[in-house]
Amino acid sequence: MTAVGSERRTIRVTVNGTLYEREVEARLLLSDFLRHELGLTGTHVGCEHGVCGACTVLLDGEPVRSCLLFAVQVDGHAIETVEGLAPRDGELHRLQRAFWEKHGLQCGYCTPGMLMVLKAFLAEHPDPTEEEIREAISGNLCRCTGYQNIVEAARYAAQLLRSSGRVVEANHADPLLR
Amino acid sequence: MKPPRFRYTAPERLDEALAVLAELGDEAKPLAGGQSLVPMLNMRLARPSVLVDLNRIPELDGIELVDGYLRIRAMTRHRAVERSSVVAQHQPLLSEAIRYVGHLPIRTRGTVGGSITHADPAAELPGVLLALDGAVELLSQRGERVVPAAEFFVDLLTTVAAPDELVTAVRFPVLPPNSGTAWLEVARRHGDYALVGVGAVVTIASDGRTIEEARLSFIGVSVTPVRARAAEAALRGQPVAPDTWRAAAVAVREDLDPTSDIHASAAYRRSVAGVLAERALALAAQRAQEGIER
Repeated sequence: MTAVGSERRTIRVTVNGTLYEREVEARLLLSDFLRHELGLTGTHVGCEHGVCGACTVLLDGEPVRSCLLFAVQVDGHAIETVEGLAPRDGELHRLQRAFWEKHGLQCGYCTPGMLMVLKAFLAEHPDPTEEEIREAISGNLCRCTGYQNIVEAARYAAQLLRSSGRVVEANHADPLLR
Repeated sequence: MKPPRFRYTAPERLDEALAVLAELGDEAKPLAGGQSLVPMLNMRLARPSVLVDLNRIPELDGIELVDGYLRIRAMTRHRAVERSSVVAQHQPLLSEAIRYVGHLPIRTRGTVGGSITHADPAAELPGVLLALDGAVELLSQRGERVVPAAEFFVDLLTTVAAPDELVTAVRFPVLPPNSGTAWLEVARRHGDYALVGVGAVVTIASDGRTIEEARLSFIGVSVTPVRARAAEAALRGQPVAPDTWRAAAVAVREDLDPTSDIHASAAYRRSVAGVLAERALALAAQRAQEGIER
């Protein structure tokens, strides 16, 4: 009898628009694949059992826990990580800008997960209530307990995204901001 | 927190998956959404030799309305159920409860079949299935069988499914006429496992004022989801009125026998179960009456 399945596989995955081909162990978590194989360390690893949400990435546009997926499972799929948010070097995505301006990060550990889940959420809910925002980030833990500013940042990000990036508060002279 | 070594196979056809399970039995573990299994692997609480990934089998995905029930195939994501207008229209209890399953990034991966098979006593979908007297479709190389919800869940994280059997679909009956439903639960945070949850189904007689049938299904109060059968029996023929719901809360507390754990004491769970039952019955009856008036 030949053994069923294999311990290693070659996969092709598109991450932030770039196609990667790697041979990986079947047990390699997607979070470790992103960080160790591709060097994309923006995706943070907190609890590694699906509770903290720090490792949230987008799989074909939907937010998922990358610690609860094996890299072999995303063969042929598209992943977006926090590194894919900014349009170019020196320029922030509007979500990132909102977090910066509203002090939506303290230590920054939960931030990549917060940004990725909010990116998907705000695409579907362009004008959310505070309660809806709190529910959307309920699966993401901030151990600094800075939820107030995260919620405020999410509301501001929604405003920025709705206004197509036009300045909605007239106090931005910084050329890095758009 | 890294999973142990395993061999991995991702069949594209159902019969291939069944062949692996028939050959390997409990050496193999089917991988659905992985939102419970992968944590168990990461913590090395599970050590299967082979993971059979079901995510590339199109036959296992989809929602259809057939013969009085919603047939939801096993690999249908929670998120798809949440977004489904067919589910919202035909099975409001499922539609309401699904939003309490984990968090958004859990529901995008988690599956209906996975939740039912995992049989967590605090999970919503087993409680919904039991409230609706639904059924589970099991398939193996030995054949197919359909098991009623009341027989499917046998113990903590344990169902009647044999190691070579796959849950291929779950049947959620549509509501009888003049019926309303409600799902309520108490959890520390939205999306956490419920300390106590209840699904209520109330069918009102054609006079619009008497209860024809009421069902109460609880999660978080036992090793499996449970019905409060004595309380249900006492509700039959009673008037649709606040006193009836209050009496039901008392009966529920006598029906249930919850245990204490780190999250809540037995006394607290019993108390909350009564309160939630009272509210859920009132809400379900109100929705049933609104349906009749419409």
